[in-house]
Amino acid sequence: MSNYVKLIALGLVTLAAMIAANYGRDLAYSVHAIIIMLVAGGLFLRTLRRIDEPVPVAETGYMDGPVRAGVIATAFWGVAGFLVGTFIAFQLAFPALNFEWAEGYANFGRLRPLHTSAVIFAFGGNALIATSFYIVQRTSAVRLFGGNLGWFVFWGYNLFIVLAATGYLLGATQSKEYAEPEWYVDIWLTIVWVAYLIAFLGTIMTRRERHIYVANWFFLAFIVTVAMLHIVNNLSLPVSIFGSKSVQVFSGVQDAMTQWWYGHNAVGFFLTAGFLGMMYYFIPKQAERPVYSYKLSIIHFWALIFLYIWAGPHHLHYTALPDWASTLGMVFSIILWMPSWGGMINGLMTLSGAWDKLRTDPVLRMLVISVGFYGMSTFEGPMMSIRAVNSLSHYTDWTIGHVHSGALGWNGMITFGALYFLVPKLWNRERLYSLSLVSWHFWLATIGIVLYAASMWVTGIMEGLMWREVDANGFLVNSFADTVAAKFPMYVVRGLGGVLFLVGALIMCYNLWMTAIRVPEKVASAAAVPAE
Amino acid sequence: MHTYSLLREFADSWMLLLLFTVFVSVILWVFRPGARKTHQDTAAIPFRHDDRPASEDRT
Repeated sequence: MSNYVKLIALGLVTLAAMIAANYGRDLAYSVHAIIIMLVAGGLFLRTLRRIDEPVPVAETGYMDGPVRAGVIATAFWGVAGFLVGTFIAFQLAFPALNFEWAEGYANFGRLRPLHTSAVIFAFGGNALIATSFYIVQRTSAVRLFGGNLGWFVFWGYNLFIVLAATGYLLGATQSKEYAEPEWYVDIWLTIVWVAYLIAFLGTIMTRRERHIYVANWFFLAFIVTVAMLHIVNNLSLPVSIFGSKSVQVFSGVQDAMTQWWYGHNAVGFFLTAGFLGMMYYFIPKQAERPVYSYKLSIIHFWALIFLYIWAGPHHLHYTALPDWASTLGMVFSIILWMPSWGGMINGLMTLSGAWDKLRTDPVLRMLVISVGFYGMSTFEGPMMSIRAVNSLSHYTDWTIGHVHSGALGWNGMITFGALYFLVPKLWNRERLYSLSLVSWHFWLATIGIVLYAASMWVTGIMEGLMWREVDANGFLVNSFADTVAAKFPMYVVRGLGGVLFLVGALIMCYNLWMTAIRVPEKVASAAAVPAE
Repeated sequence: MHTYSLLREFADSWMLLLLFTVFVSVILWVFRPGARKTHQDTAAIPFRHDDRPASEDRT
C-alpha cells in the first residue's frame, strides 16, 4: 500500500519537475529541475520494479549502511573540496588561472562558494551525519530509529549538496556567506534536516542506556540550532515559482545582523558543537579510557551553547550595527575562552596515563593535534573579536588564516582520525592497511596547515598595516593594488600548503580503500562473551 | 511603547535573570552530592555495546 502512495508522489514530483524545467526562467533553475526529475523518475522506476516483492524482515543489529555511505561521501567530498580550495588559492596568486573560456563558470567568484560549501557542508556535514549515526546507536545501545529514515537523510543531504554546488557554478546564489543556496534548495534542506532530527532524537528516546552520553548532547544541540539558524536566515520570497531568484525578508543592518548571527553560529554549532560530539566519543575510544572529567564535559556543553549564540555581532564592528550590539558580541566571544579551553583540556587530559600511546598510534596523534588546533583557533578567534584588534585584522587574510587553522586543523584532523577509526570497524577489518601511511598523512597535513596559517598571518598583518599607513599630511601611502602585489609570495606559500594538505587526503583515501579490500577480515574472538 | 522597547526591557531584565538562573542551576546540579557514581557510569557508555544493541529486557 505504502508503495502505491510512494509511486503516486514520485510520479507527481517527476511531472512537476518536467514542467518546471520547461518554464524555468534561468539556467540554474532549469538544470536543477532536470536533476530533480531524473532523481524522482529513477526512484519511481526502482519502486515500480519492486512493487510486489515481499517486505524483508526488519533487522535488529546496528544500522551501519548509511554510516558506511557517509564515510565514502566524506572522503570524496573532502578531496573535491580541498582540490577546489587549492585551485582557487593559485587563482589568487596567478590570476591567469581564471581561464577566458570558463569565464562566468569557473572564475574565483563562482568557485569560492563551491569550495566553502564543499568543505563545510559536504565534507563536514557528511562526517557529522555519519559519525552521529554511528555514535548515537552505540551509546544508546539501540538500532537507528525510523527504519530507512537514515538512508533518506544520507541521500537527501547529498542531493542538497549537488543542487547547491551546481547552483553556484551556474550563478544561483542569494549572496549570503555560507548560506548561498536559493529558496527551493533551502526548503529541501529543511525537510532533510527534520528527518535527521527525527532519526537522531528517536534513537535517543528509545535508548537502552539510562543516561544520554555527552556526545549526543552536542550532536543534538548542533541539529536543533542549525535548524533554527537555517530557517531564520533563509526567510526570503521567490520572485517567481519558476526561477531561482529570491528576495530577503530582512533588509539593511537587520539583514546583516541576521546573517552573522547565522554565520557565526554555523561555526559555533556546525563546526564546533557537532565536532565536539565526535571528540567526546572518538578520543576516549581510541585512547581506551573514559573522558577525563565527565563533570567538566557537562559544564563545557552548557557554557558553550549559552555563550556561542551571542557572539555573531563581532563580525560587524565599525558598521551600521549599534555599538552596544557589537560590544555584546565581543564580550561573549571573550568569555567563550573558558568553555573552549575547558573542553580542550578535557580532551587532552583524557590521555593522562596513556600519553605513551601517542608514540605508537598515529590515529590518536591525529585526534590529539585536532584538539590542539581547536584550542589555538578558539584562542585566536576571541582575540580577533576585540574591537581594536579587529580594526587591524578585519577584511585581511588574517581572517582567512584563522578560519583555516580551525577548519583544516580542528575539523579536518578530527574527521580524518574518525575515518581511520571507523573504516576497520565498519568493513569488519582487523586493522588499518598501513600505519606509516597514516603518519605520512599526519605530517603532510600538519606542515600544510602551518604553511597556510603562517603565510596568512604575515600577509594579513602586512595588509592591515599597509591599509592604515598615512604620510605626514594624512594621505594614504598605499593603493589597494600595492597590497595585492606585496602579497604574492605569501599566496604562493599558502597554495603549497594546500597542495600538501590535499596530498595527505589522497594518501588517506588510498589507505582506507586498501583497508576495505586488502586487510583480512576480523575473526570473532574466541574468548567467551559474558552473558548479558 | 514600541514592541522593540518592550522586548528590549523584557530581555534586559526577566529573560536575563531566567537564563542566568538556569545556567547557574545547571552548574550547581553537576556538583550535587552523589553525582560522581552517575558520571562514572555515564562516562563508561562508549565501552559497552560496541557490536550489537542491548537486548530488549535489559533497560
